[in-house]
Amino acid sequence: MGILVGKNTRLVVQGITGREGAFHTQQMIEYGTNVVAGVTPGKGGEWVHGVPVFDTVKEAVTATEANTSIIYVPARFSADAIMEAADAGIELVVCITEGVPVLDMARAMAYLANKDVRLIGPNCPGLITPGEAKVGITPGHIHLPGNVGLVSRSGTLTYEVVQALTDKGIGQSTAVGIGGDPIIGTKFIDTLKLFESDPLTDQVVLIGEIGGTDEQVAAQFIADHMSKPVTAFIAGRTAPPGKRMGHAGAIIQGGEGTADEKIRALEAVGVKVAELPTQVADIVASQM
Amino acid sequence: MKLHEYQSKRIFAKYGVPIPEGEVATTPAEAREIAHQIGGSVVVKSQVLVGGRGKAGGVKVAKDADEAEQLAKQILGMDIKGLTVEKVLIDPTADIRDEIYIGVVIDRAQQKPVIIASAEGGVEIEIVAKENPDAIKRVAVDPVFGLMNFQATNLAYDLGLKGHYVGQFTKIIKGLYQAFMDTDASLAEINPLVVTGDEQLLAVDGKIVLDDNALYKHPDLAEMRDIQEESPSEREARLAGLNFIKLDGEIGCMVNGAGLAMATMDIVQHFGGSPANFLDIGGGANAEKVAKALRIILQDPNVKSILFNIFGGITRCDEVAKGILEALKQVPTDVPMVARLVGTNEEEGQKILAEANFPSATSLSDAAQQAVALAKGA
Repeated sequence: MGILVGKNTRLVVQGITGREGAFHTQQMIEYGTNVVAGVTPGKGGEWVHGVPVFDTVKEAVTATEANTSIIYVPARFSADAIMEAADAGIELVVCITEGVPVLDMARAMAYLANKDVRLIGPNCPGLITPGEAKVGITPGHIHLPGNVGLVSRSGTLTYEVVQALTDKGIGQSTAVGIGGDPIIGTKFIDTLKLFESDPLTDQVVLIGEIGGTDEQVAAQFIADHMSKPVTAFIAGRTAPPGKRMGHAGAIIQGGEGTADEKIRALEAVGVKVAELPTQVADIVASQM
Repeated sequence: MKLHEYQSKRIFAKYGVPIPEGEVATTPAEAREIAHQIGGSVVVKSQVLVGGRGKAGGVKVAKDADEAEQLAKQILGMDIKGLTVEKVLIDPTADIRDEIYIGVVIDRAQQKPVIIASAEGGVEIEIVAKENPDAIKRVAVDPVFGLMNFQATNLAYDLGLKGHYVGQFTKIIKGLYQAFMDTDASLAEINPLVVTGDEQLLAVDGKIVLDDNALYKHPDLAEMRDIQEESPSEREARLAGLNFIKLDGEIGCMVNGAGLAMATMDIVQHFGGSPANFLDIGGGANAEKVAKALRIILQDPNVKSILFNIFGGITRCDEVAKGILEALKQVPTDVPMVARLVGTNEEEGQKILAEANFPSATSLSDAAQQAVALAKGA
């Protein structure tokens, strides 16, 4: 059940010997994710939490048939790590790293354009199909298996909404953190499309924030293609223009990207937009 | 990170963009000397990292070196939107017949650099976008192939340029694009690019904004940072690895995660308060970082209460609780506070705070309402 990750996920961890990589490898294994390999150049032959380490992604894929990769390498090497994974035949690449230069990502996206690969992130918390697999840094214990799909540009704000859903006994099919950068591999509409065709997702929660126009594009997609109800929350009503609110992509520029225009666009197509994160759970409950 | 006009134009010049042959002065005497060297009329331009310098009286024309000295005396030390003018650029005046806008930014939808151009230069491009959107031309550039010659010449014709201007423009737009790519900029802009009386194109004003995440590749550019770009507290926060933005309200906020930090500000306002800051302590912050963050919030005299909102994933609630108490030992304060710690190690965190009689809340709404009430002295 769910989308993108699940029982069939065979995960390779790029940067597995680093502090973050090793810690989250253990967390993911404890959650039940099938972690089959790790990669750190120069550390091939070592083991981390019972997982074999390889020098290259290609070697890892050949030896273990990994189909999904998660990236914890430092920002200056991340774009290269993404391209290496794509080149090795990985189908889903999840880049957790924050602070990747935007032009590095512009070049990486051009490289991925001709490959059969999906990128999630960078600067994202990853994704989780509760009860099956966690590919990321989300705290697993707040989740409950169920039928609500979540897609979000933020990490901890998503945890807040998930906790509110779980507290009401409402489970999640998959929660996808798409990341807070200006250039990201998977956008709202890509994820909405997957949820719309997933038989185990009954409704969807979209968590957006200031900056860019992806929420408006999502609103148009919802109007044209979605039969399932969508509930939204948009962060940053009080954010001042011209200031980058933490996420590289969260900035109101030239009067574009305000929370109000996003909320208006979503409400105009019948999406219920919550005033507070916890209200998302009330709206979802009322639509079940 | 923003670069000054003179820094930006000098970078453009390295890429073959013609700029006025000016120089920077920090004293009126220097301004006089530069104006004397240039000869004839000059323009004295304040170098501050904010828009609207002209309207604020920070850009003035002098007919000779005497007047340049007088104007520099007026402008140096002037306050423009809270920034003090420490440098003026002395440029020869240009004989302006026409003004063009050209800029390069990242198009988030297309995930590529895009050139934006308009024959209506000299005004802010946002204003043109609003009032006459058809006047704006956009050319997306594949970052692998770069800007093609035909794209550059087509753009010149689209802007109504003819004859020898097409070749000049092509060279300038290619230079601007390459400067954007080579410096890892998020914005590179020439406004205006002017057509002069002797039929040349000249970049009279310029601006570059750099991608902070790419500064490690460009130590020479990183050194150009003007500390006035950020407030002292914002600078302190950046050096401590915290995301901090000062706002005008009364309720200090400390949160982990950018999205949650924004949402926390919104919730404070929802319950009738106003946030004093945006502050994301990031993932996995330890006690020391929390203490630093608290000191930064307390530097703002407008802060009447503080709200801690931590949803622990990587971040451990007990570390945050220890940090709060540690900071209060170092910086005793009467400002009332309320903490809401949930997630990883929440029981340990809440216990540490309870033993110190520190007020806490379990839900975010509850915590925000308490913080608002505390700020109002209730």
